[in-house]
Formats: sequence, structure tokens, C-alpha cells
Amino acid sequence: MSNIPNELRYTKSHEWVRRNEDGTLTVGITDHAQGLLGDLVFVETPEAEDTFSSGDDCAVIESVKAASDVYCPVDGEIIEGNEALADAPETINHDAYGDGWIFKIKPEDEGAFDELMDSDEYAENIAED
Amino acid sequence: MKKTPLHDLHVSLNARMVDFGGWDMPINYGSQIDEHHVIRQDAGMFDVSHMTIVDMKGDNAKAFLQKLLANDVAKLKDEGKALYSCMLNEEGGVIDDLITYYINDTFYRTVVNASTREKDLAWITKQAEAFGVEVTERDDYAMIAVQGPNARAKAHKALGDDAAEKLDDMKPFFIREYGNMSVARTGYTGEDGYEIMVPETEASALWSRLLENEVKPCGLGARDTLRLEAGMNLYGSDMDETISPLECGLNWTVAWEPVERDFIGRAAITKQKEQGVKRKLIGLVLEGKGVIRNHQKVMLDGKEVGEVTSGSFSPTLSQAIAFARVDKDLADKCQVEMRGKQIDARVVKIPFVRNGKSCL
Repeated sequence: MSNIPNELRYTKSHEWVRRNEDGTLTVGITDHAQGLLGDLVFVETPEAEDTFSSGDDCAVIESVKAASDVYCPVDGEIIEGNEALADAPETINHDAYGDGWIFKIKPEDEGAFDELMDSDEYAENIAED
Repeated sequence: MKKTPLHDLHVSLNARMVDFGGWDMPINYGSQIDEHHVIRQDAGMFDVSHMTIVDMKGDNAKAFLQKLLANDVAKLKDEGKALYSCMLNEEGGVIDDLITYYINDTFYRTVVNASTREKDLAWITKQAEAFGVEVTERDDYAMIAVQGPNARAKAHKALGDDAAEKLDDMKPFFIREYGNMSVARTGYTGEDGYEIMVPETEASALWSRLLENEVKPCGLGARDTLRLEAGMNLYGSDMDETISPLECGLNWTVAWEPVERDFIGRAAITKQKEQGVKRKLIGLVLEGKGVIRNHQKVMLDGKEVGEVTSGSFSPTLSQAIAFARVDKDLADKCQVEMRGKQIDARVVKIPFVRNGKSCL
């Protein structure tokens, strides 16, 4: 069974979202998603000041097996991409919810976080897959 | 879905299982890359029981195989010697690639792919009729491939007290009986090692003894990156029934001499050779970032010149590598179209890696 922390919110496309104290959001891919992809070998993160709408592809992760887009969970402006992943993409495999974060974003609407799936809904969602 | 005799052991080892041509097989036991490195540096094992073992027996077995295969079993002079060959259709396309072991003049054993089992058995059985050769699938055997620089030493310990004495002098590409097992010094990784055919009732016990002797379980994900680095073709990706051995880098496996030997597909590939082969299989190394994937387009100055047949990430070289089928004139550079962008790649000699070392 994959790890789905309670304090995070989730998307159907397997991103997790953490709300930081300053109102920004940190985004990564879930433990379930990294398990499906297998060993990651390449990550392309978005640049600061890039703006995206919810559902836009904003990062690329590639495993030995497959390439996958990472979708922006909310409308907003990128604050920072996790550049450390360029040299150590496997961090996502080892620590998907910690050092394996992919980008930080300032949401246009602070309420957008609450619209996302909670951990129970996400667990149900992957059980249906 | 079909299961091998080792299925429960894979599940108990937390393998991630996937559908592999109708078989529920382990893709990895955690990290495909770690498993890849284990085989390049130490010793690992694969459950390859899904592969099909076919015994061919009869007074005309040799003549039959000389007709059936593009390579010539007459090359096999020493008992136990193995031969890699394509089995062609009349049009010169590859029905399958396989290994044939010469047990004796009236007994040959072949190992064919899992994904091609039904059509291979049907084709072989049909061709065998005229020669009165008895064709028997040996589904009573499981098969475990133990591969890596330390594989043979560890396998000897797992097999039994006299295994080192009875097997150590066996040369590469030979098979030998050991008790009720057949041990072949062959593999699909570019490393030394054994492929062990074991009665299915004893497969779990052998796997467990290999585990006790620190042979690490490895999934079929690692097997694919290992074979790609080692420059070995994968049936269904690098060749199929529409591709001749001359178009997939397997010219070296076709025995043109003696000219009188009329193997199936000979006329078609002879004609192709005379008219000039238009495509070739090459090795590619990506110069930029990313991973090359099967079916991506190979471009040269904006023009499509071929297609990737096997693309992946090379754990040994830490960069993307591939086989591609391209126009025969392509020289030393090209681009691969990846996710809408054209990324530079250079053409390299196959293999990429042999015995743990980069060949680049």
C-alpha cells in the first residue's frame, strides 16, 4: 500500500500539494506515482516566474520505463523549481513527499488548495485505477 | 494470466508484477537500476521460466534444423555447443530468434521467446513433419538465469558440492547436464553466467539456495536495459516477421555457406542482398538530456531517416541509448525527435557495454 499523508491535497494525475505557512504551495508526485514509474533518471522543472493554469503541463519526469508530464494543480506563478533533482532525480523515488518536491507555486486564488482532493479521496481514486 | 513456478516467491519478495506477454512476471523488486548494477558488478538472477524450451529428436534432426534455421547447426561439432540463429519465413522475415543446443546428432534443444510460443511451436511442428522429427515442448522445466561476474561461483555453491568440479571447465556458449538439471553458460546480459533449466518442482528450492548464496533477484526491467547495453536484439521490437536478419544487424548469424543448404527464407534474403539492403540497425547515444523511447523518429537535417526500435536509459553509461533502424547511408550523426524537440545523437558501434565496461 502506498503512502498518502493526511495533511496533503492531491490531484487525479497523481500530484501532491502542500500548503506552506506563507500561502505558497509545494508540489510533487505521489508515492503511488513514483512506484508506477520506477527509477527516475531525468527531471525537467519549471523556471521561477513562469505562469501556468490548472491542468497545464509544467514539468517532465522520465523513468527508465516512461516519460510523464507533471500537471500544475492550480493557477499561479512558479516561485522555484527543485534544481537539485537535475543531478539526483532518484530523490523522488526515495523521498517523494520531502526532498523530492518538484516546484513551489504562488496560487492566484488561495482557496484553490481546498478544492483539491484530500487523502481519503485520493486513496479511493487510486483504488479505482 | 500464466504464472511460473516461482510466482509466489516473487510476490513474497515484494516484486512489482506486470503482464509480460500473458505471463505475470516481476518487472523489479524495488529498483530496476540497482538490479542492473548488481548484474554488471556481482551476481543477480532472473526467472525466465516463461521462455519456451523445445526438444527436437530424431535421426533427421540435424537436416531438419539445417532447413529450419538461417544459421547452420553443422557448425556445432562439440556436444553441448550452442548456436544463436534466426528462424525465417519464406519471405525472409524473422519468425523468432532462438538458441539451439547440440546435445547429440539426434537430439537438439532450442529455447524460443515466450511471446512467440504458439506460432513457433506451430511452425516448427509443421516443418518437422517431413523430417519425421519429434518436437516436444518442455514445460516441465522452469528456467533461472544467473548472471554477473560472480554468478558462476555463487551458482556452483547453490547447485551442490560437486557443481564447481563438474561445471567449472565448461566454456561459454555450452550446455551440460548436472543431476536432473541442464546448465547452459549463456545469457542475455553481456555478462558471464548460467541459464539453468530445472524441473519445475525443484525451481523454488534452487531459487532459495541462490538467494542464500547472495544472488540478488532481478526483474525483467533490468534484463531489458542489460541486453540493450550488450547489443542484443529483442524480438518484437528490433525485428519481426516483416524484417529480415540483414535489416536488424543479424547478418552475422546467417550461414551463407555451403551454398547448397536451402534453408527457409534463403531465396528471399539472397535476393534482398543482391538488390542492396536499404535499411540497417545502428546504435545511438543521445548527446542531450532525456531518454530515447521506442518508435521515436530518427531525423537528419529535418528529414526522417528512420525509427528507434529499442530506446532506454543506460544505467552503466548514465545516458540514453538506443537501437534504431535507419537508411543505409546514415553516417555518424542524427537527431531523435523527442516530445516535439529534435535532440542530437551520435551513431556508435554496438555493443555499448561488455563485461561491465563501456565500449564507447
